[in-house]
Amino acid sequence: MSAMDWQAFALSLRLAGVTTAILLAIAVPLAALIVLGRGRWLAAVEALSTLPMVLPPTVLGFFLLVLLGPRTAFGRGIAAVLGHPLAFSFDGLVVGSVIYSLPFAVQPLVAGFASVDTALVEAARLLGAGPVRLVSSIFIPVARRSFLAAIVLSFLHTVGEFGVVLMLGGDIPGATRTLSIVLYDQVESFDYAAANRTAAVLLGLSVLALAAIYSTSRKRGSEQRA
Amino acid sequence: MLRFSLDARRGSFHLDVECTFASDWTVIFGPSGAGKSTLLRLLAGLDRPQRGRIALDNRTLTDMTARHYDAPGRRNISLVSQQPALFPHLTAAANVAYGLHGIDRAARAHRVEEMLELVNAKELAVRKPRDLSGGQAQRIALARALAPAPRLLLLDEPFSALDGAASDALLNRLQSWLGDNRVQAVMATHDVSDALATNAEVLFLHEGRQAALGPAREVLAEERNRLATRIQAT
Repeated sequence: MSAMDWQAFALSLRLAGVTTAILLAIAVPLAALIVLGRGRWLAAVEALSTLPMVLPPTVLGFFLLVLLGPRTAFGRGIAAVLGHPLAFSFDGLVVGSVIYSLPFAVQPLVAGFASVDTALVEAARLLGAGPVRLVSSIFIPVARRSFLAAIVLSFLHTVGEFGVVLMLGGDIPGATRTLSIVLYDQVESFDYAAANRTAAVLLGLSVLALAAIYSTSRKRGSEQRA
Repeated sequence: MLRFSLDARRGSFHLDVECTFASDWTVIFGPSGAGKSTLLRLLAGLDRPQRGRIALDNRTLTDMTARHYDAPGRRNISLVSQQPALFPHLTAAANVAYGLHGIDRAARAHRVEEMLELVNAKELAVRKPRDLSGGQAQRIALARALAPAPRLLLLDEPFSALDGAASDALLNRLQSWLGDNRVQAVMATHDVSDALATNAEVLFLHEGRQAALGPAREVLAEERNRLATRIQAT
């Protein structure tokens, strides 16, 4: 890859890393709330957290571009606090990525937490575990495959996202040009050799991450059978 | 002393009981579906009744009229069920230590050792639940429930995976420990021999209602006579 590609590669990894860390901080308590909470309003919370999955990325990117831009009071307020507008910046991409990848973190965690035997949850509650300890000492270790899936899916989904990035971030080298944008640029300029290399890197990342998930689950399965 | 007055509906099942358990060891006896497990879950705080009140040593744990409800972990009550529900990612010792959060490491280790010794399972300390037999898992679950020194221990057919001799031996050790540590116990069972073994006070539950309450031999003799009368009548 050229020097420019490595810059995009590093930027993509940085964006995915920051997004995944923020997503975990949001998605773990959100998934625990959905699984442990009571009340009809939780269905609305779950639906809202799943919405980005069915929303076209360009639509989400457009809404965020308008919301975070100088035309809204919210966008102007954020710009005043940060000293720069969120649109067309790395920070703006992080906000967009967190919203866009939220279902890919929340859904595996909800499925994993919900599959934990109720008897274990009740035993922990009887022994004095509050919500935080319940999640950290029972839900995450028992549903660790789902936890790993949430990390990997969030990371890969962010690395591969295109529509939101293009709408919200544009194509600024070193700030918002990710590998997906580079691939698009290479195809647009008929540089198929470079496009092949970029696509191979994206493909390799996905295969490696998925192999990590499946090897972990197979290892766990064979431990349980032993 | 445990006092409760409970009205709880679960689908078509209706539990309606009002009792005071004053003795150190009380057995809730009744056939399957009588409401034994439902009652223990309500006492432990895992479920809420529609109406009613639970008080342990004059401390109110549940009062639905006053909208008062202590969470399960704040009641100083432990529950051991038929299903041991050991945490699968923790060793037996770590399972026993789970409820000892907040005390220093040395005291915790000492307490875990003491509990494992009580249930005759010291050699199982480093094993994971998947490496334990059903009976061993039940013994570890009992040690885990006792470790935080509860005021009330609830037992829901906890020795079902142990053979008769092992079950009797464990029951004797447990009763002696509970007496020394001033822990009140309530055990649910559908087994007459379990009810008679301890010569405890027995609450006989039938279809969610209190059918009798008193010394084991009296209550069970009364039930035997009632059944005999019914059989003769048919």
